[in-house]
Amino acid sequence: MISNIAEDEDKWLAEGIAGIQHNAFYMHRSLDSNNLREALKYSAQMLSELRTSRLSPHKYYELYMRAFDELRKLEIFFKDESKHGCSIIDLYELVQHAGNILPRLYLLCTVGSVYIKSKEAPAKDVLKDLVEMCRGVQHPIRGLFLRSYLSQVSRDKLPDIGSDYEGDADTVMDAVEFVLQNFTEMNKLWVRMQHQGPGRAKEKQEKERSELRDLVGKNLHVLSQIEGIDLEMYKDTVLPRVLEQVVNCKDELAQYYLMDCIIQVFPDEYHLQTLETLLGACPQLQPTVDIKTVLSQLMERLSNYAASSAEVLPDFLQVEAFAKLSSAIGKVIEAQVDMPVVGAITLYVSLLTFTLRVHPDRLDYVDQVLGACVKKLCGKPKLEDSKATKQIVALLSAPLEKYNDIVTALTLSNYPRVMDHLDNGTNKIMAMVIIQSIMKNSTCISTADKVEALFELIKGLIKDLDGFPVDELDEEDFKDEQNSVARLIHMFYNDDPEEMLKIICTVKKHIMTGGSRRLPFTVPPLIFSALRLVRRLQGQEGDVVGEEEPATPKKIFQLLNQAANDCDLEPVAYEFFTQAFILYEEEIADSKAQVTAIHLIIGTLQRMNVFGVENRDTLTHKATGYSAKLLKKPDQCRAVYACSHLFWVDDQDGIKDGERVMLCLKRALRIANAAQQMATVARGSSGPVTLFVEILNKYIYFFEKGNSQVTSSAIQGLIELITSEMQSESTTPDPSSDAFFASTMRYIQFQKQKGGAMGEKYDSIKA
Amino acid sequence: MNYLIGAFKPSCNISITFADGKSRKQVPIKKENGQTVMVPLFQSQENISGKISIEPLQGKKVEHNGVKIELLGQIEMYFDRGNFYDFTSLVRELDVPGEIYERKTFPFEFSTVEMPYETYNGVNVRLRYVLKVTISRGYGGSIVEYQDFVVRNYTPPPEINNSIKMEVGIEDCLHIEFEYNKSKYHLKDVIIGKIYFLLVRIKIKNMDLEIRRRESTGSGANTHVETETLAKFELMDGAPVRGESIPIRLFLSPYELTPTHRNINNKFSVKYYLNLVLVDEEDRRYFKQQEITVYRLPETS
Repeated sequence: MISNIAEDEDKWLAEGIAGIQHNAFYMHRSLDSNNLREALKYSAQMLSELRTSRLSPHKYYELYMRAFDELRKLEIFFKDESKHGCSIIDLYELVQHAGNILPRLYLLCTVGSVYIKSKEAPAKDVLKDLVEMCRGVQHPIRGLFLRSYLSQVSRDKLPDIGSDYEGDADTVMDAVEFVLQNFTEMNKLWVRMQHQGPGRAKEKQEKERSELRDLVGKNLHVLSQIEGIDLEMYKDTVLPRVLEQVVNCKDELAQYYLMDCIIQVFPDEYHLQTLETLLGACPQLQPTVDIKTVLSQLMERLSNYAASSAEVLPDFLQVEAFAKLSSAIGKVIEAQVDMPVVGAITLYVSLLTFTLRVHPDRLDYVDQVLGACVKKLCGKPKLEDSKATKQIVALLSAPLEKYNDIVTALTLSNYPRVMDHLDNGTNKIMAMVIIQSIMKNSTCISTADKVEALFELIKGLIKDLDGFPVDELDEEDFKDEQNSVARLIHMFYNDDPEEMLKIICTVKKHIMTGGSRRLPFTVPPLIFSALRLVRRLQGQEGDVVGEEEPATPKKIFQLLNQAANDCDLEPVAYEFFTQAFILYEEEIADSKAQVTAIHLIIGTLQRMNVFGVENRDTLTHKATGYSAKLLKKPDQCRAVYACSHLFWVDDQDGIKDGERVMLCLKRALRIANAAQQMATVARGSSGPVTLFVEILNKYIYFFEKGNSQVTSSAIQGLIELITSEMQSESTTPDPSSDAFFASTMRYIQFQKQKGGAMGEKYDSIKA
Repeated sequence: MNYLIGAFKPSCNISITFADGKSRKQVPIKKENGQTVMVPLFQSQENISGKISIEPLQGKKVEHNGVKIELLGQIEMYFDRGNFYDFTSLVRELDVPGEIYERKTFPFEFSTVEMPYETYNGVNVRLRYVLKVTISRGYGGSIVEYQDFVVRNYTPPPEINNSIKMEVGIEDCLHIEFEYNKSKYHLKDVIIGKIYFLLVRIKIKNMDLEIRRRESTGSGANTHVETETLAKFELMDGAPVRGESIPIRLFLSPYELTPTHRNINNKFSVKYYLNLVLVDEEDRRYFKQQEITVYRLPETS
């Protein structure tokens, strides 16, 4: 069926062309013999071929071009009065005798152009007459071609300033008026095309219409080439009139195309100065018009314009280009309720690009754009539309590319809020973009706050997000991502160790949430980063003063070890403990710091579960050794009983070495005794019994945990020891240790009364 | 053979020449046999003068009972062909009965002749002016010679010449308003106007403006009307939408119009109409006819 139509069309076209050639042949003969009457007759017959309704615009164009070529020859003949002996005025009347309107008007336009050229009448009058008479052709395709012919033959004959046809006053206005009228009529015809022929498929119609759009657009092009149109006139007449037509035609295709045309054909400078008018038309367009592309084009052009020379920038400021564009976009989005999110975002991308190029110094503008975008997105579920997410990625990447500096982006408060609207996959992609940007520019992230903000941005890479199926991950991608994160960690740096520590802590906080799959990638760089800090600290040994400083490395190691533990890296963890001990030996001289450090080490070590028996033994042994070598007895005591926990990890498969726990506790007791004696010797009064009470608590803890080495009799003995100590005369009463002991006793009493298995256990202890 | 032919030939040649024949404007008319000949042009109140010359054939003489010249204004109905109704008849006796031996010329003159009607060649009727020279003879019948001439009468531009403006339509279907700039046009005039579409609910294919001539002959029960379309001028191609206005500019000069003739001697009338025709896609025609008056403007040249 369709091929039939196509075949028929070809046939009709061939017939049409044959008709034109046939009549053109006789027309040429009459031209050669200077027979005006015959020439008119045959040319009219030739042009009658254009009256066909059967051809599609494409084929009709072919036919039209043939006729057009022939009309050129006729025009040359008309020009030479000596050949036909008829004054141009008479000729102008003569061609109007033709009975059929289409040939008549083609001939009239042809003669009209000669008429203008002869200057026997003012160009404006002839043009006005022509454009008016052309109203007679209301058939869209025929009308469009006829008017396009008129436009074609008249374009070099407009009464423009400086042209040969310049009139007296307001001459440009006449030219403008003519082109505008022709434009308006052509557009009307073009819009009307869609209502023709009910049987035709809409799609085909749209296609046919698109084929003709350049005929309409050409008028705007002609307008743009009229020299005499200055900004004033453009502002007051040309643009409002064109826009009026565009808005009133209420046709999606036309509005889109014409807006685009306006933007493309007129100079940027004009656009800038008439931004308000131009943008004002946008919300009035049909809701289905693809305004985003139009506006994007406009902003693209304006930003190129701004980029072209620095001299024009003040103009942008003067007309408040950003504010106007921004508000226009808001209005458009408001007006076009059905606009998909992707459209809105595309608009914001364009606006952002514009802002970045025109006002690179105005970060607040950038943030404003992002904010508007957030506003648009909020209340909507995460985006599923791949195009929309792509646009968001573009939106977010733009500032990065422009500023080459994530630090700038981090100051944009709306940046992460926009990112939140991405789906997880895209979020990751965006995070990658951010990281790559940092890498590319070797940006140094130098404060913990920024790191915090950055991790907020790239959290998609750092941890599993809710509801995201892990098993769908592509292994390759995952590795790439995590490697990038790893590389990123190296970019955090601050000369101030204090701040650097904070950074490392922040990083740790975040990457620890990553789960075992990520840690193998992310921990090593953190460790190396930490090591670097440590080395730096070592390097500046002499400068390290104060109490907090020496503790710093310890803390680092603690967290490092935990990290290492979490990722099952025994050798690494062991290495770190070794390092930690070395550091402890070599660096920490202050006794108080030593106490803090050793407790840290013990605490960390206690929680390590990666070590094999041998390594663990070595480390615990070392830890215990250091504990016992602390300067003050109470400190020693406390460290040693803390070490007891190293042998008893209250975990399912944690180590439970009751014997060595007991050994530690006994050793602590010994030290406590020694401390007591030392106190007695030194001050004549024994020290507080606090240490004993503390050790008692440890006993009770292990007793309850089921350490068979800790027996009720041992507890009983210790209680009695404390009681006797407290009653001895040499003891200085200490309310706080008394209270401590009393509450411990109360606890034992309470457990006994509670009964059950625990109660039975306590039964043998007498308080 | 020569002898035989000579027997049927008139025994003399009669020629009629006008006094200002050389300078007078000649116009073409169509003779009954289809040939076009150029004849002089007069208007009412003019003097019609000239010479008649009678030249007997070689060696013959013409015997006659008198020579006269008549100026006749005749109306001929085609259904009654050959039967002329003379509305004007003037006679000048040129010669008393006698014999003519050799070429003899007679001057004649009809001064300020009243010729109220124009020469007209219609479908069913014609009005003609003719000079008729008769050499009366007692036997063999009279020798008669005719000379046609054309009369055209000029009217000055009318003082009142209103435009024709009208709104017509079919309810809920088509409403148009049209305007012709005048109601009276001269023969070389231009009709300027426009058609304004107030409502269009039908798919119009095109719109033409026709000039129609209505010739009615006879009177009473015998009235016979013949309508001819002289011009069919396409005004619009394609379907307009509401609010569209289409210009009209129709030059009358290419068409063979005559002035409007109203009730010529109770024999016939010729009227002109502008017929606006809209054709829809199903080839239905919607039209509105308006009479216009056509008059002849004095030629300036």
